[in-house]
Amino acid sequence: MTDQSILSYWGPGEEVSVRDAFGRILVHMAETRADWVFLDADVAGGTGAKPLIQARPDRVMQFGIAEQNMMAAAAGVADTGLIPVVSTFAAFGCMRAHEQFRTAIAYAGRNVKLCCSHHGLDVGPDGATAQMLEDLATMRAIPDVTVISPADANEFMKAFAAILDHEGPVYMRIGRSPTRVVYDEDHDFTIGKAHRIRDGKDVTVFATGVMVPRALDAAVALEADGISVRVVNMSTIKPIDRDEVVAAAAETGGIVSAEDHNVLGGMGSAIAECLAEHHPAKMRFVGVKDRFGKSGEHTNLPAMFGIDAGAVAQACRDILKSQ
Amino acid sequence: MHMGLEETATALRALSLRAIHSARSGHPGGSLSVADILTALYFEIMRVKPDEPDWIDRDRLILSKGHACPALYAALAMKGYFSEEHVLGLRHIDSDMEGHPDFRIAGIDAPSGSLGMGLSQGLGMAMGGRYQNKDFRTHVILGDGDLQEGNTWEAIMAAGHHKMDSLVAIYDANKLQGDAPVKVQLDLGDVAAKVAQFGWHTIDVDGHDISALKAAFDEAKATKGKPTFMVADTIKGKGVSFMEGELFWHGSVTMSDQQLEDALKELGND
Repeated sequence: MTDQSILSYWGPGEEVSVRDAFGRILVHMAETRADWVFLDADVAGGTGAKPLIQARPDRVMQFGIAEQNMMAAAAGVADTGLIPVVSTFAAFGCMRAHEQFRTAIAYAGRNVKLCCSHHGLDVGPDGATAQMLEDLATMRAIPDVTVISPADANEFMKAFAAILDHEGPVYMRIGRSPTRVVYDEDHDFTIGKAHRIRDGKDVTVFATGVMVPRALDAAVALEADGISVRVVNMSTIKPIDRDEVVAAAAETGGIVSAEDHNVLGGMGSAIAECLAEHHPAKMRFVGVKDRFGKSGEHTNLPAMFGIDAGAVAQACRDILKSQ
Repeated sequence: MHMGLEETATALRALSLRAIHSARSGHPGGSLSVADILTALYFEIMRVKPDEPDWIDRDRLILSKGHACPALYAALAMKGYFSEEHVLGLRHIDSDMEGHPDFRIAGIDAPSGSLGMGLSQGLGMAMGGRYQNKDFRTHVILGDGDLQEGNTWEAIMAAGHHKMDSLVAIYDANKLQGDAPVKVQLDLGDVAAKVAQFGWHTIDVDGHDISALKAAFDEAKATKGKPTFMVADTIKGKGVSFMEGELFWHGSVTMSDQQLEDALKELGND
């Protein structure tokens, strides 16, 4: 049996589901920290938390399929000094129980960490009802909430440790489908700091979550055409890293946002708000164009909905042409 | 001793009404129906330290029917969390006495006012307490409207399932809701029978008889392996004859100087 107090990371280039990282970091944190408990609504198999349920049932509070109760109860658990890590699918955590999160948790400043899987087209075959394309918008609109969308499995584990250390309500995305690992174990994740993965001078792509490897692929493709693309991983959606956004506008001009989310209200909107106030610049929004998703594979849905690497590259070309 | 508690309840009613009058809005009917329950809890039952409101081992109280907060603020002031004068800042822009309970106020254990979330928050407190082997007790006061919210029934199901015996729900059954009698809007039927089906110990109690309430809380404390649900039979507007059973006084209403004077005179607290 492996020593769970020693955390192992995946190698860059591997295809790993972020939910596998969720299970791994939960078991690790159960061995190394006593100050948190896990709240589940009968979906640990889907969110990736199953290894914790199996290894450390003593750390789990089970609520069944009743997310509103679980969310408001998390506020009460936090009142007793524990850190509740609440997990379900994004449609339930960020929408069905949205008001419980807003009123019982955020308004009271409760130290609750909400981690949800099943957002975006990344969900794949389960289809539109499970493909929450609005989570960044709904959670970002609540005062005092930190919103995080890690790029890969390794960054997720770093981010999970960071949110446990952070005082206050947090929403964090857990990816479902296998995604290319971008970061190695030396990656330094800090809440609120965007990470410039690749420098460039012609255009900047701000990408989050599964869009980060796609943006990197787009940058490589454009390089062959002599276009120099800066790629920034915007893993904290709120608070948005204003300095990095302003620097990109000042240094590269055009900005492209890339997210597996509705183009309304998510990361692109957060960047646009920042630019409009501090350094107006032209933008293109790569995301789902205000429509519902559908069943399909996570490998073919992005092309159908215009959020694959090709769409990112096209947006970069468009914005350069318009300047 | 009980004479003293009744005087306390009367003073609590009077302070609630003075605050609502000062605010020019607020909910007198529900504040008066819950006054005796709050008196029993704060002045007889609960283990709290007003000079240390966040004491981690304190007994907890959530007023899920948060619109009745003038009565809760009055109880906290009389208990010593802040001055009685402070309560008169109710709903004023320069005061922290929010129109519905705000967690930042000393002695307030949870935000409420959006009905249906109080019992869940109390359940979470009880679960956190059990997890850490703490012996505090958690009380949640529900109104008729709370029991129309599905979230409350999720909490009832879960608390029974988890045998959460440190949790007590007190249903302030005053039978009138915002726009009409409960029976007209959405009849709740036999609440005690339904809750018992979910594994709760249930007690029927006169919500205006403080010694009966005290006995009910003692019975709840002695009950092991089940949470306790009290159906407290109450009268909306209790203690002020022109408010009793009158839908108009649910709120949020403005009380004239004359109405306040008449109410205080009747309470013997002018």
